Amino acid sequence: MSADSEQRTIRCLIAKVGLDGHDRGAHVISRAFRDAGFEVIYSGLHRAPDEIIQATVQEDVDVLGISILSGAHNTLVPKLMAGLEEYGALDDTLVIVGGIIPEEDRPRLLDEGVDAIFGPGTPMQETIDFVKEHAPERA
Amino acid sequence: MSRAVESDLVERLLDGEHRALARAITKIESQSPGYRDIVSELHAHTGDASVVGITGSPGAGKSTLVDKLAKHYRDHGETVGVIGVDPSSPYTGGAVLGDRIRMASNVGDMDVFFRSMSARGQLGGLSTATADAVKALDAFGKDRIIIETVGAGQNEVDVVKTADTVVVLVQPGSGDDVQMLKAGILEIGDVFVVNKADMEGASRTVAELQEMIHLRDDPRANLDTGHHGTEALDDAGHRDDGHGGGHGGHADTEPDADAEDDASDADEPLVWTPQVLETVATTGEGIDELVETLDDHRDYLDASGELAEKARKRAGEEIRQLLRSDVNRLLEAEIDRRGGVDAFAEAVVEKETDPYAVAEDVLEPLRECLDDRDD
Repeated sequence: MSADSEQRTIRCLIAKVGLDGHDRGAHVISRAFRDAGFEVIYSGLHRAPDEIIQATVQEDVDVLGISILSGAHNTLVPKLMAGLEEYGALDDTLVIVGGIIPEEDRPRLLDEGVDAIFGPGTPMQETIDFVKEHAPERA
Repeated sequence: MSRAVESDLVERLLDGEHRALARAITKIESQSPGYRDIVSELHAHTGDASVVGITGSPGAGKSTLVDKLAKHYRDHGETVGVIGVDPSSPYTGGAVLGDRIRMASNVGDMDVFFRSMSARGQLGGLSTATADAVKALDAFGKDRIIIETVGAGQNEVDVVKTADTVVVLVQPGSGDDVQMLKAGILEIGDVFVVNKADMEGASRTVAELQEMIHLRDDPRANLDTGHHGTEALDDAGHRDDGHGGGHGGHADTEPDADAEDDASDADEPLVWTPQVLETVATTGEGIDELVETLDDHRDYLDASGELAEKARKRAGEEIRQLLRSDVNRLLEAEIDRRGGVDAFAEAVVEKETDPYAVAEDVLEPLRECLDDRDD
């Protein structure tokens, strides 16, 4: 059927988690993703990990983009990962992190199951290409 | 496509696995291979949920109201499914789905299943996808299902029509909005809600709506509910004492008392006059009245037999819609086999043939095939 040949729409959740009030980056990436043809759900500010997990599971997004500039990533990211695992959503969700993540913290986050980390100054196209290339197959 | 995968998904969905429900809706929404098997299997498990559609212009407060409604139902021990429909860009297909952001009262509560969907641009496809997603939520066991959509065009009106009860949300002082409502949405509203009723102009908007509803009523309805018109207008006239209350009565009849008698009495059918309510969604004012009115409407639908009638109509429309898109797909494929629509178009422009002849030509094998059948 023609449905097979249709290009799949990539769904993303852009999440601001924890006590971090800076969402310019999240807005910019939301718009860029939208303009790239993705469906974007933006979480809004100050979300608890539970909320993000709920949204990721229910919306069945291909990509979870977490924006953290507060420095609490070592606490928040593992919580998110554990929650996704609990609902069986970790394996087929591409998890990317943006914001201020010190170099020495990165291996740990990647170890937790984060697929990529994009720091300040990453060209938008690079992130979009990464998502397009790595968005999980929804069979 | 393997049938086993779909069956497994359906089984897990019926078992109450959230992830399976989410994945089923993804398949429905993207019409991925096998989604029809899923919907077919789910169909037998549907019919228990009450479905409310909420529409209104952007910024009227739909999402906030839906959030409060969901909370109310949760407080009474019922489970809730919400489908929020947002427009997508016709150019890139991209969309920012923003309704979820307002669901602040149900944080982390998995028994409120909120799903954003975008109008992905297929003609009529959105209402099919929404109706199928509602089935998935229904089969999952949700007691209450709410469909939320921006009331912009035919597509959205079709979407909201998949609900049993339609709520139209209006902002105070939106004279132009009310004008717009006249152009189509008025006909589909069972309940009108003037949200942000603490703002100036709320009472005028209520009065305007009342007036329009009574203009649209057929004469029989007016006879049936004569007390209604004056009372409602009076109410609207002197409402400086606060807000959040309902205007006018609720159901026009007492369905519990009259149901049995009226069902057989064809001369005096039950009639529902659309209600106008006021709410302040941000504070939750008027939500109780709204819930009550929604239940009244549900009772009315039950008692009058309209619920069954609506279900039949909807099923008929679904069948037609499916056949339309299926036949369309068959014919598209046939056109491609014959060299594509461009070649035909070129021939038409060159006056070698005309559109009617081409259509007849493409359609002929199909028609012959159907005519030749002897059963």
